[in-house]
Amino acid sequence: MGDYVRPAGLDEALEHLARRPYAVVAGATDLYPAHVGRSLQGHLLDISGILTLRGIVRHDDHWRIGATTTWSDLIAADLPPLFDGLKQAAREIGGRQIQNAGTLGGNICNASPAADGVPPLLALDAEVELASVDGMVRLPLAAFVNRSRSTARKRGQLLTGILVPQPALPCRSAFAKLGARRYLVISIASVAAMIEIDCGLVSRARVAVGACSPVPCRLPELEAALRGAVLDKRLGDCVTESHLAALAPIDDIRADASYRRAAVTVMVRRILNQLGPA
Amino acid sequence: MTLPLRIVVNGSPVFYEGAPGRRLSDVLRHDLGLTGTKTGCDAGDCGACTVLLDGQQVCACLVPMGQLANRGVVTVEGLGAHGALSRLQKAFHKHGAAQCGACTPGMLMAAVELLAQRTAPTRTEVEDAIGGVLCRCTGYVKIIDAVLDAVSIDVAISAGPAVGTAVGASVLKVDGLAKITGVEKFGADGIPADALWLRVVRSPHHRATFTLGDMTAFTMARGLVRILTAADVPANAFSIFPELRDQPVLANGEVRYRGDAVLALVGSRAVLEDIADDELPIAWTPLPPLLGFAAADARLVHADRPGNLLVEGRVVRGDATVAAAYTAEVSIETTFVEHAYIEPEAGWARREGDRLVIHVSTQSPFLDRDETAHVLGLPPDQVVIAPTACGGGFGGKLDLSVQPLVGLEAWLLDRPVACVYSRPESMMASTKRHPAAITTRMGCDADGILLSCRVEARFDTGAYASWGPTVANRVPIHAPGPYRVPNVATHAVALHSNGPPAGAFRGFGVPQAALAHEAAMDQLARRLGIDRLEFRYRNALRSGDSTPTGQVLEHSVGLRACIDAMRPHWKRLLADCAIINAQETHLRRGAGIACMWYGIGNTSISNPSTMRIALRRDGRVVLLNGAVDIGQGSNTVLAQIAADALGVTLDHIDVVMGQTDLAADAGKTSASRQTFVSGKATELAALALRQKILRLVNADDTAHIHFEDDSVVIDDGTLRHRLDLGRLDADALDHVLVGEGRFDPLSGPLDEHGQGQPYATYAFGAQIAVVEVDVELGTTRVVKIVAAHDVGKAINPQQVMGQIHGGVAQGIGMALMEAYVPGRTENLHDYLIPTAGDVPDIECLLIEDAEPLGPSGAKGVGEPGLIATAPAILGAIEHAVGIRPDVLPVLPHRLYALLRG
Ligand SMILES: Cc1cc2nc3c(=O)[nH]c(=O)nc-3n(C[C@H](O)[C@H](O)[C@H](O)COP(=O)(O)OP(=O)(O)OC[C@H]3O[C@@H](n4cnc5c(N)ncnc54)[C@H](O)[C@@H]3O)c2cc1C
Ligand code: FES
Ligand code: FES
Repeated sequence: MGDYVRPAGLDEALEHLARRPYAVVAGATDLYPAHVGRSLQGHLLDISGILTLRGIVRHDDHWRIGATTTWSDLIAADLPPLFDGLKQAAREIGGRQIQNAGTLGGNICNASPAADGVPPLLALDAEVELASVDGMVRLPLAAFVNRSRSTARKRGQLLTGILVPQPALPCRSAFAKLGARRYLVISIASVAAMIEIDCGLVSRARVAVGACSPVPCRLPELEAALRGAVLDKRLGDCVTESHLAALAPIDDIRADASYRRAAVTVMVRRILNQLGPA
Repeated sequence: MTLPLRIVVNGSPVFYEGAPGRRLSDVLRHDLGLTGTKTGCDAGDCGACTVLLDGQQVCACLVPMGQLANRGVVTVEGLGAHGALSRLQKAFHKHGAAQCGACTPGMLMAAVELLAQRTAPTRTEVEDAIGGVLCRCTGYVKIIDAVLDAVSIDVAISAGPAVGTAVGASVLKVDGLAKITGVEKFGADGIPADALWLRVVRSPHHRATFTLGDMTAFTMARGLVRILTAADVPANAFSIFPELRDQPVLANGEVRYRGDAVLALVGSRAVLEDIADDELPIAWTPLPPLLGFAAADARLVHADRPGNLLVEGRVVRGDATVAAAYTAEVSIETTFVEHAYIEPEAGWARREGDRLVIHVSTQSPFLDRDETAHVLGLPPDQVVIAPTACGGGFGGKLDLSVQPLVGLEAWLLDRPVACVYSRPESMMASTKRHPAAITTRMGCDADGILLSCRVEARFDTGAYASWGPTVANRVPIHAPGPYRVPNVATHAVALHSNGPPAGAFRGFGVPQAALAHEAAMDQLARRLGIDRLEFRYRNALRSGDSTPTGQVLEHSVGLRACIDAMRPHWKRLLADCAIINAQETHLRRGAGIACMWYGIGNTSISNPSTMRIALRRDGRVVLLNGAVDIGQGSNTVLAQIAADALGVTLDHIDVVMGQTDLAADAGKTSASRQTFVSGKATELAALALRQKILRLVNADDTAHIHFEDDSVVIDDGTLRHRLDLGRLDADALDHVLVGEGRFDPLSGPLDEHGQGQPYATYAFGAQIAVVEVDVELGTTRVVKIVAAHDVGKAINPQQVMGQIHGGVAQGIGMALMEAYVPGRTENLHDYLIPTAGDVPDIECLLIEDAEPLGPSGAKGVGEPGLIATAPAILGAIEHAVGIRPDVLPVLPHRLYALLRG
């Protein structure tokens, strides 16, 4: 039988990780479904007992979301409109049971192309914070979740937090998800957007899409096109399929590639139109 | 971490010393005996295992024991104080929110979290709260009603009905309390602690040959007790129909579908859990499979079935090629649909001397008994099937699953042996709804009177016969729809493939056929310029009409009454659509209407049911009920019938369900037959018992019977007789008098033109669906269903509505999201069934056009609820966007492609 450790402190956890290639357990909502009919196997480092890894804290120029913050924690937290999109995503994850147990860190580290938490975090320009016995490093989220089902996490590293910069200007954000049923559904596509506003104009926009490329990714062409746009209910009208060059959707049982492209165009248009009006 | 962990479960401390990586659900069920928490998937997908962890709902199958130190877990067993029901439980009981009950504990726990946070939740908040718990029976309607009602201070549960008024009353389910308190024992819940476990190793290939390596060495090396192979099975073939036994219990060198059983591993649970299927020494030679329709293919699935034809059926009447003023031609295609009952197949067997007793979740105990006895080479009366509560069936538990293997191994080892399918195994191994390719042509005259109907239907019946013959027989009869059609030529074939065996699934092919005839009806109505409802009304069957098989329908043809009841709704909903569509957004609303009919009971064959009702020496009445309640409520309905026929109150009757050595054969719980056939047999049995009681005291037929302690008082108006039960002779079960009733509604074989009387009676119905289509995304949301069903007599209106709700939900799934693809959708996150947010408001209109043969006029409703739903939805989509999809399910990308041309 493998070793199962559940330390109360981060240092202890990092020492364990330095010694052995433990599999990290957070909410276990991604881990268990991969083992139907069996218990969790191998050496396991359960980080759910490390209190400092959970919760959302405001710092001077950024917010820090602890890796084991659950979706329900996020929904319940008192946060500015910057986080509206991320909260909408949280409400669309699985059902309540999954929101109560699943963590943001787990969603990121699991690195599913359809991870609903990743597009809104990309739109927030989030960084991840990785700790090991050698110290802390930060990486942009897009550099961390670099391939389908794989991350840039090195041996001995633990994802400890997600850092979201606080923009200087007022901002808004939104998220939308498309699936073939209302609850408990893997996204056919998901979209997230954040806009920063300066004197009624978009001074910066970030738009990201999930389930349409090996890892969720941003749409730089569209973001460029939005810069300087007038903030109204037609903000999204400029979106065309040509803005989706960064995507590489595939055919699967849920939908085909051409549909995904078309649907994302519509979805992005809609969330931008929704963000537009005063 | 320091073991033991201290956990507080339902308020009491529990110490745990096992592996920290085990699932909480596993420990609750297997270590603590708290089997109220169900497991339906082990993957977070079904929510059946939902419990509260420090007040928050979580899936117990996703919680490692290692996370539980000093935390509090509440399960269904912890609801209610000191044995009293909580308000929520009372509300569930009152509303009939538990049908099979497999989802009920999870639903309750999810709702408890909500009610602790919100004193007066909205409907949307309730849906959000229970959105992670799947229910396959109720369509969520009554569950949501119950949660909303649970906030009232005092949930009033009405007292039982007075003598003689049980039939027609929405009485509480007789087994409802067991389901809402978690004490109900399903197939996996009563397994003895000393049982060995059995796991089936299944084919990962659609088609392959294989050779087995050294099984003895593997058995020894891995600490197994035994590995069963084909060589160990005495008679290695079973089926539904003895003449078609083609499915091996364990494959012998050749597999015909992905999921075919190959080996059975027997050992302790822990040992079995440690072995992965691909570790077994099996040398596979995969062969190119035959998937989909390919009748002319040279690859035969069974060497003795040329053309891969299992069976065909036809109905010919008049000249279906007659000239018609207007004609319509439609083709539809459907796919495999999974039953997705929340309780996977489960059971266990024990040898008791020279008898083998098998406890199993099943729809067909007597068939199980006979087929298992055949496989084991035992006389049928040495095998006893003791049905457990059944956590949903819908046709999928009409075939053998664990029975022959646990039976064989328990017989050989003389030890209890248990087997519980995992969700992927359940989905791989079990039967499916037949994929269909149907072309229907209909013609009518210039006045819109139907003249002809031609149907050519192909069904993919998969690897083995299962219930395939039933589909090919039933469909030609029903394929013209519930209309007067003088000229008919219908033909259906069931063709083998290397897909999963297609079997019985709510409607036996009729839902697929209805998609085609209703599309044709809409097309004709459009060509004629007649309203779709009125066109159906004009052509609806009425009493005195002949069906395409030449059967004259004398009574109980309530279709026109159904359509009449729908007319005001139809007008209103069409008007709503017009108003909404005038706004010209990306959302288009449409309304569709569909009609259905369904022959009650098995097709063209004898359909008997025998029921016994016993009077016990202590004065209790026992219904020895061979009909299995799979959640649809037959235990309650039959008790209602018995109570009124006997003249006692409902609470005086105990129900013993299904055990083959106690009850008589009541046939299978299929074909919507139990209320009609077993209901009538129950009525006759109760009347027979009443006669026996009256005769003992020479009272006349009108006498009243009532019970006082251990005597029966018979009052015929002039005289009061007291029958002292203690003085009568009793049998081994303490029964002093037994009444028996048998009913076999008249039905018979069809001739070579398909003419004859295949069923004694038919159910009729019509449904309206309103949908909203997002034309930019191709998504469809069902916003309203109105369902009118002629049920003859609603013995229990609440349960009838429950059946309709559940049928509608399955119809929505079939129309919009469900597609079983072997190897791709073998779990409940890739295979989608409707959640609480996908089922709209459903308005039920119950029509009671009495069937004189049925108990109090009742027919059946189990399957009818589903049949009209998908065609109504497709009609609504067509109304909304002008295009009718012809391939199901209508996934967003498919509709989008149609909209873009
Ligand atoms: C029924 C169901 C529905 C779901 N619905 C959705 C949905 O709608 N959208 C969606 O995006 N996801 C969904 N999920 C997936 C899952 O719930 C989420 O991805 C969740 O956020 C994962 O978090 P966790 O804490 O449970 O991860 P875990 O299962 O504990 O871990 C996931 C992976 O990340 C690693 N890991 C976790 N934390 C760390 C860390 N701090 N440092 C390093 N490695 C770490 C683990 O080793 C593991 O490989 C669903 C899952 C289920 C079972
Ligand atoms: S068993 Fe836990 S969610 Fe299905
Ligand atoms: S009652 Fe919900 S699954 Fe049967």
